[in-house]
Amino acid sequence: MALLEVNNLEVSFGLRSGGVKALRDINFKLDRGERIGVVGESGAGKSVLGFSILNLISNPGSITGGEILFEGKNLSKLSAGELRSVRGNRISMIFQDPMMTLNPVLTVGEQMIECLMAHRKIRKEDARNIALQKLKQVYIPSPETRLDQYPHELSGGMRQRIVIAIGLLMDPDIIIADEPTTALDVTIQAEIMELMLELCERNNVALILITHDLGVVSQVTQRTIVMYAGRIIEQGPTKEIINDAQHPYTQGLMNALPQMAVPGARLNQIRGAMPPLQRIPTGCAFNPRCDYVTETCKHNLPGFTESGSCLVACHMVAEMKREAAQAASLAQEVQS
Amino acid sequence: MNAQSQETLVQLDDIYKKFSISGDFLDQLKFRQGRIVREQEFVHAINGVSLEVKRGEALCVVGESGCGKSTVARTVMGLLNPSQGSVHYDGQRIDNLNDRALMPYRRKMQMIFQNPYASLNPRMTIAQTLQEPVALHNPGWSGQEVRDKVAEVMFSVGIDPSWGERHPHEFSGGQRQRISIARALAVGPEFIVADEPISALDVSIQAQVLNLMMDAQEKHNLTYLFITHDLSVVEHFGTRVAVMYLGSLCELAPTKALFSTPRHPYSQALLSAIPRLDDNRPQHIKLQGEVPTPVNLPPGCVFHGRCPHVNDRCKREIPQLIATDEGGQVACHGVEEGRI
Repeated sequence: MALLEVNNLEVSFGLRSGGVKALRDINFKLDRGERIGVVGESGAGKSVLGFSILNLISNPGSITGGEILFEGKNLSKLSAGELRSVRGNRISMIFQDPMMTLNPVLTVGEQMIECLMAHRKIRKEDARNIALQKLKQVYIPSPETRLDQYPHELSGGMRQRIVIAIGLLMDPDIIIADEPTTALDVTIQAEIMELMLELCERNNVALILITHDLGVVSQVTQRTIVMYAGRIIEQGPTKEIINDAQHPYTQGLMNALPQMAVPGARLNQIRGAMPPLQRIPTGCAFNPRCDYVTETCKHNLPGFTESGSCLVACHMVAEMKREAAQAASLAQEVQS
Repeated sequence: MNAQSQETLVQLDDIYKKFSISGDFLDQLKFRQGRIVREQEFVHAINGVSLEVKRGEALCVVGESGCGKSTVARTVMGLLNPSQGSVHYDGQRIDNLNDRALMPYRRKMQMIFQNPYASLNPRMTIAQTLQEPVALHNPGWSGQEVRDKVAEVMFSVGIDPSWGERHPHEFSGGQRQRISIARALAVGPEFIVADEPISALDVSIQAQVLNLMMDAQEKHNLTYLFITHDLSVVEHFGTRVAVMYLGSLCELAPTKALFSTPRHPYSQALLSAIPRLDDNRPQHIKLQGEVPTPVNLPPGCVFHGRCPHVNDRCKREIPQLIATDEGGQVACHGVEEGRI
């Protein structure tokens, strides 16, 4: 059994102008110790996905369909009390901005001890020792001093390390990291990502890494989920997605990176922008921006096609594969 | 293309900029050992930066947050006055001019800001926003001429001129940044300072905006000073790159040379930290410690506290820019002594 299994998840937000579905037919599995990346542009629903796993969606949003099975228990049906025993304990979350996540009026130590004592019946001194040990794990220099410091006394990179240490406090099974390095500089980002990778491997923790940076995903994760307008459009092993993306949107996203273009030449751009959730076009949500669009794409929502070990939501994948195969066989004929 | 033979458009000479963080006069008065004294503390944002922007090039300034790159941009534009040093535009000193004398230069130099959500006035329609600078810089023009010019510029950045009556909130981030670019282009500038113009945008939109900026450069023969923290963009966009650290220039080199053979230890660390698609494991150079505060600058080389090649001289003496074989300049004792 997978550690986490999400089936047909649907999340809606009730707005004055009517309800919008922020997530539709989300299906994926996460195994113990597996690292999975969720990529997409802003508004694609990747953060909502992260929040909904821990049922952190607040009014006017709610989970309106599907199930989130954590070790067989449906998280979306748990009571508040039961959920508390999972949140921060078995599944913990790391947010984007470390300044917003840490409480500015409590010292680092107080926040860590509070978390430990909320989940376990232990003495304060023991809690402090565990906190100290976790700070050492994330390579914070002179951890004893840091415990008594306030968040504002620390730099951005240091704060994010502390947030990670808090995430690790209860030895969780899953860490959900929502853009953990977006607020940080490149050199610090590299350090933090390396740290997270090391900690996940050493403690066999599963990671859901939500990010818009394909470079980070390719370095850290084993599998990747690509989202567009509230739906998963492609998922599969990171290597395959990076090297041989099947969905036209994923291809466009890869090709738009500056490192994929000849220096000085124009970048390959995807025309247009992602539609707002209220105005998602019928059929495939990507069809107005897609180069391979057909009549079918404009009317029918594509289901998932298996392509190698990837799942792709695109009508044209089979077609494109066939064409590629034809071209290859033609080339072979010409050669022979 | 030989950059050396080109004409200098903008020149920064030994610029220093410090900001007081001690508040007003009364806040600065302190009671020390029975006497009232005035104490002031400063953030040293730029310390002796000299740069030349050649006509027609795209000079990129990169560095981490707090290294002073935005301060450089604002100083060039005259939005900040340097504490020391001078800015020349086309041979004419401009940092000491008054507002009226600066007007003709304002027309030639335009700026694109980072956040298109904050840099457009939410109460003005797009047409008003774009007409204002055109009308201001062309006092003789009739209303129709102004409107025609605005329509032309809007069309050139891919915004439908019939959307002129809309307000900024009706546009997406990418469209807003196009409008910011249109505003900069509307007065026919020759030099554009772009301060992180794409960092607030998504990847697919970044490509659109970068392409637009490159098209505009070709069409209007523009010169760019491009401020960014994203090195992969620099590799694609820049003619030359200036790497800044803690208010000082570490290295200035043609883009190709910097990306193939970075000389300064900080440039090396910065380049190795870019997340790439192709490698399996991050193999970046680890720097010790963190960026020191610009309030109390370290003596000697500003980078010495984190540099893996540090020696005694680095801790005492501030390194000067020296020419390298690759046609760039680097400020490092290690390179000068042949250690690195």
